[in-house]
Amino acid sequence: MSRPSDLVQGTLDLLILKILALEPQNGWAISQRLKQVSNDVLQVSDGSLYPALHKLEQEGWITAEWRPSENNRRAKFYSLTRAGRRQLQKESADWQRLSGAITLVVQLPEM
Amino acid sequence: MRFEHWIYTLPLRLRSLLRGARVEQELDEELRYHLERQIEQHVERGLSPEEARYAALRAMGGVEQQKELCRDRRRVSLADHAVRDVRYGLRVLRRSPIFTTVAVLSLALGIGANAAIFHLVDAVRLRSLPVPDAHELVDVRPNGAQAFGTYEGVNSKATYPLWEQIRTHQTAFSGMFAWGDVGLLIGRGAAARRADGLWVSGDFFRVLGVTPVRGRLIAASDDHRGCAGGTAVISYGFWQRHFGGADAAVGGTLTIFDRPVTVIGVTEASFTGLEVGRSFEIALPVCAAADGPRRDEDVVTALDRRDFWWLTVMGRLKPGWTIERASEQLKAISAGILQATQPSGYPAELMQAYRNITFSAFPAAQGVSRLRDAHDRSLLLLLGLTGLVLLITCGNLATLMLARAGAREREIAVRAAIGASRPRIVAQLVIESLLVAGAGAVLAVPIALVSARALVGSLDVVDNPVTLTLSADWRLVTFVGVSAVLTTVLFGLLPALRASVVDPIVAMRHASRGLTADRRHAIFQRALVAGQIAVSLVLVMAALLFVRTFRNLATVDLGFEPSGLVAISFLDLPSQALPVEQRVVFQRRLTEEMRSIPGIAAAASSSKIPLQRGVWSHFFTVPGGEASQKASRFTYVGPGYFETMGIRLLAGRAFTDRDDSAGRPVLIVNESFVRGHLGQRNPISATLRRLAEPGYPETLFEIVGVVGNIKYADFRDESCWCDGPDGMPPIAYVPIAQDPSPFPWAPIVVRTDASIAALTDAVTTRVERLNPAITVGVLDIEEQLQDRLSPERMVAWLAGAFGALAIVLVTIGLYGIIAYRAVSRRNEIGIRLSLGATRMQIVLLVLRDSLLLLAIGLAIGLPLTRAALRGAEALLFGLLPNDVPMLVAAAVLLTAAATAAGSIPAWRAARTQPSVALRSE
Repeated sequence: MSRPSDLVQGTLDLLILKILALEPQNGWAISQRLKQVSNDVLQVSDGSLYPALHKLEQEGWITAEWRPSENNRRAKFYSLTRAGRRQLQKESADWQRLSGAITLVVQLPEM
Repeated sequence: MRFEHWIYTLPLRLRSLLRGARVEQELDEELRYHLERQIEQHVERGLSPEEARYAALRAMGGVEQQKELCRDRRRVSLADHAVRDVRYGLRVLRRSPIFTTVAVLSLALGIGANAAIFHLVDAVRLRSLPVPDAHELVDVRPNGAQAFGTYEGVNSKATYPLWEQIRTHQTAFSGMFAWGDVGLLIGRGAAARRADGLWVSGDFFRVLGVTPVRGRLIAASDDHRGCAGGTAVISYGFWQRHFGGADAAVGGTLTIFDRPVTVIGVTEASFTGLEVGRSFEIALPVCAAADGPRRDEDVVTALDRRDFWWLTVMGRLKPGWTIERASEQLKAISAGILQATQPSGYPAELMQAYRNITFSAFPAAQGVSRLRDAHDRSLLLLLGLTGLVLLITCGNLATLMLARAGAREREIAVRAAIGASRPRIVAQLVIESLLVAGAGAVLAVPIALVSARALVGSLDVVDNPVTLTLSADWRLVTFVGVSAVLTTVLFGLLPALRASVVDPIVAMRHASRGLTADRRHAIFQRALVAGQIAVSLVLVMAALLFVRTFRNLATVDLGFEPSGLVAISFLDLPSQALPVEQRVVFQRRLTEEMRSIPGIAAAASSSKIPLQRGVWSHFFTVPGGEASQKASRFTYVGPGYFETMGIRLLAGRAFTDRDDSAGRPVLIVNESFVRGHLGQRNPISATLRRLAEPGYPETLFEIVGVVGNIKYADFRDESCWCDGPDGMPPIAYVPIAQDPSPFPWAPIVVRTDASIAALTDAVTTRVERLNPAITVGVLDIEEQLQDRLSPERMVAWLAGAFGALAIVLVTIGLYGIIAYRAVSRRNEIGIRLSLGATRMQIVLLVLRDSLLLLAIGLAIGLPLTRAALRGAEALLFGLLPNDVPMLVAAAVLLTAAATAAGSIPAWRAARTQPSVALRSE
């Protein structure tokens, strides 16, 4: 399995916000969902997931509450706030612009 | 968008701060949940439980580190860490009680001393008067008004006619008032005592905005001509002291200058008058001065005399007016005012000078102060000295902190290894220093208050008592707080920075020795000690200069013999009404009476008690000499004066009883006078014309004698508008019997070997027999002179103490570093010894270190001393600030200290056994 690229690491915030936009999740579920949705291409390292989650919580883009999870154990569930939704839109737009630009360069015909 | 952000984040942060444990627990639970799910997944995929666990943990990358990362992201670090650092710091400090006590105490003393002087400076210089909108207050002062009559009171700037004119014609002020300080006599006869009085115009209290705590205050209706002066307002302090704070005080009576006066009110406690450092006791309306003690034989009262300057005029600026604008307006009306108030009895030349006087405005928010003028410089100097002492203390503390940090290297290394960042380590060490500084600062406040009061006590002199409110206020507390922070930065920050640069591995290896990075530390310490030596040079030099100044002042040649000299003054009201001729008889009778008292060897009248403040001058011209008028001090003395005082007669004769108003006007002058005004002429039989002024018609004197110089009013060189060498001004003496306007109560100076108590008894009995209405005051001149020097004595003591302290501190600092160096060079010393070096060579080797530091310190210190003490010239006497012998002496003292500091380690180093030295690693 190829290592997740550095670019993906930088956009971790965007990925987490999007996942949470679909429905509230706990940290474990977020990482599983991400793997699943991207066909195992995007694997968030456990070491960077939780610091990112805490940072997003600190910024006020996601909020958390403790709920029983599917195996009836308590877990911390995160959900998107209104500010988070706006941040998600902004970062999505940035990402589109950036990836579009890179695509343009990569698709330049070679000699 | 930002506000929404805060809605979520603020509760988060508060929660982290306040429910920290809970938040930690949650974090733990969250991570554990993840691990469990991950392990489950691995096990489902076929791994064994242990392998699954191992894989999950590795994927997470260290649970503790994760937690730390999360915590960091939460960004409550600052407050959270600070609280934790404080708790940790307290624990650390408690573990080393000796260090903590020494550090806290030295800081408490250092900051306390600084704060004490600052508090004094604040009280004397910075504080505004305790009246509303003090910044609007303005003082009206004349330019060019010297010697136009009699000045009463220290701050007098106007005559009553001038005051009336200014009040009528000014447009800059919304309200004006005038005041003058006066010594009152309350009570009768032998039970009479002096009180500090204040003449106030009708609007004084209203314009200032002072309120009464009892009764009412003097108002415009109380101040009108012919008011008979029956009302008085007393100060809060006087009310407590004299009336015991009783309500019955209002409406009660006081006897002032033999007249009954009704007390109509008491001022609030915070108001003590407009002079900083003094408090008035009784305030009387100015119109009452018409009936005051100066009941001269002419009907012209104090209110009409145009040559009697006894009032200070002040006002409150109108809104929108500035001081400059007010000054201009005053200047514009000056010509008219002076024309209207011209006094008669002066020669024409002087009249022009009088008309040229102009008035201008000066800020008066801090009132006036004789205390400030006298001691401003000394206080600032002391503030500088205490600041330097604090600096040296910080240097020593910095060295201590560094040594401690060196010993705690292991602990710091461990923390760095776990993951503490450098800023965190520095923060924790700085917080420790802050705790020490904080504790020192808290202790410093009471120390400051006590010291300030003690200092003020030493400035307090019998005839010039000092009243200052010194209590803890926000300014003092702020100063102490700022000092604490500054000292922390000075002694805590740099060592913390140094100590935090630690390589954990290296530190662990040298765990037991704690000598890692000793080279870096050593350089820092050496720089510190060199700096301390430089600062000490300043302190030692200051000590030498001020101690010497005090000695010079205490042993200065006064020109007369002060020991055994006593001045007896008489306050007698009824005899004021005596006509001039009878006054002369009265004075003579009094003097004879004094002479006949056993124990009194000699007695003579004099209009001036030597070295008491107050200057009496006249203008004169020398016929056949320059045409321009000159001025000189004049003293009116009775026969036997020079003999009593112990002043040498150099030529001609002294006064006799035959020199009276019937005889020819004669004059005796002193050496300075001859040198300054008579030039090469033979003084005996030379003549001198004293110019006319009110009460003193123009008189042609013949000089009949020359006497030695004496100090007139001050120890130091007196500023007079004539030149006298050695600070001994020119003085001309006139027989007191030839004084056209004599006081009925000229003091009598006596020479005696009796004790003051016995003398007072004898004099009082005699005088009572003569006239029971007379109040007698006895002043021991020698004691008074010593009292006059008490501020200089205080400065000398303090400067000396600081200098000594500086030497001690520097010696300790030097000793520490030399000993340390010697120990770290033990190997080298052992090798040298075994190779044949003599003990003496080893001693010199170690000492060289000490002397090198000393040389650097002195090199920096010399220009520093020059710069620092340059402004102290006015405070010194008989010395200049860059006095070379003193500088050499200071350097020698420090060299001795450095040698002493280095000698013990040097001696011990020389005594090492080479084998022992080589064996230790």
